[in-house]
Amino acid sequence: MTIAGDVFRLNLPQVLDDSPSCSQDFHVLAVDDSHVDRKVIERLLKISSCKVTVVDSGTRALQYLGLDGEQNSIGFNSAKVNLIMTDYSMPGMTGYELLKKIKQESSMFREIPVVIMSSENILTRIDRCLEEGAEEFLLKPVKLSDVKRLTDFIMKGETKGKEKRSHKRRRSDDQSSSPSTLPLSKSHPSLSPSSLSSKRSRLQADFD
Amino acid sequence: MASRRQIAAMKQSLFDQDYLDEQFIQLEELQDDANPNFVEEIVTLYYRDSSRLVSNIEQALERNPLEFNRLDSLMHQFKGSSSSIGAKKVKAECTLFREYCRAGNAEGCKRSFQQLKREYATLRKKLEAYFQQARQAGPFEAARRSK
Repeated sequence: MTIAGDVFRLNLPQVLDDSPSCSQDFHVLAVDDSHVDRKVIERLLKISSCKVTVVDSGTRALQYLGLDGEQNSIGFNSAKVNLIMTDYSMPGMTGYELLKKIKQESSMFREIPVVIMSSENILTRIDRCLEEGAEEFLLKPVKLSDVKRLTDFIMKGETKGKEKRSHKRRRSDDQSSSPSTLPLSKSHPSLSPSSLSSKRSRLQADFD
Repeated sequence: MASRRQIAAMKQSLFDQDYLDEQFIQLEELQDDANPNFVEEIVTLYYRDSSRLVSNIEQALERNPLEFNRLDSLMHQFKGSSSSIGAKKVKAECTLFREYCRAGNAEGCKRSFQQLKREYATLRKKLEAYFQQARQAGPFEAARRSK
């Protein structure tokens, strides 16, 4: 009987080096109240060949998606969004609150991966976001390698439950952190038992 | 006009003296032929945006008693942008300020803020000088990105 780790190792393609991560069809909605950070994230995403829309608040993000409850064409006026990257600390609606609102939606909006960015490395905060369904938690300042890794990962459709990168990024050897690491691995001890077991059961379902 | 070597030396000293950190290099990596002045644009934006924060903090420091939560929140924002441009010393002062806030140390906050403003102003001058020289020398740095 093969072990799940072996299957991962076989299936993962080469990590491409300097080439663009996304086709121009990959649309990212970035949310940050800081003007400087908006400019930087926009540039990071454009260099990664993504289409980018940047907004300055959670409220505007919901408006853009057509989820603000206003009389609207239910998001059809905005181009389909493939990924949402949001700052955590924002006045009004935090990134966490935005995440919750999106994950509470029925239908396709709930499926959009949401990544939280924060300058503060607070474990309880990270856990909370991951448990609420965040795809990833990135420490700011976000780097190009973070964006490339993230967009590669999402482009391959390996979201939530197949590969969970831990928030321990910041290592110089991060490039080589093994893609065959299972999400259940001890590298992420802070995950709650409930989310671990749900990941575990999803993983098993994939290989049945 | 400074030679390329002098400009490189200028930049190196900014790092050696801890004015800048690795994030500045990350930003430089984002420049290319189409966006040769990206870092300068970001730094300009930073100084423009943060001047508002600085005056808000200044005003808040004049109140009696101090509202430490509010000060901490303002400084969190300021620290964030400073970190985004790689402003190492400024960022360190922000951290110190926040520690004073959490300790409820008004004198510490005020002292730390004075130092912060000095670092902030010094960095601005140094970066302006650096960008001016770099622009005159031509888009050498811009050629870094092979794309």
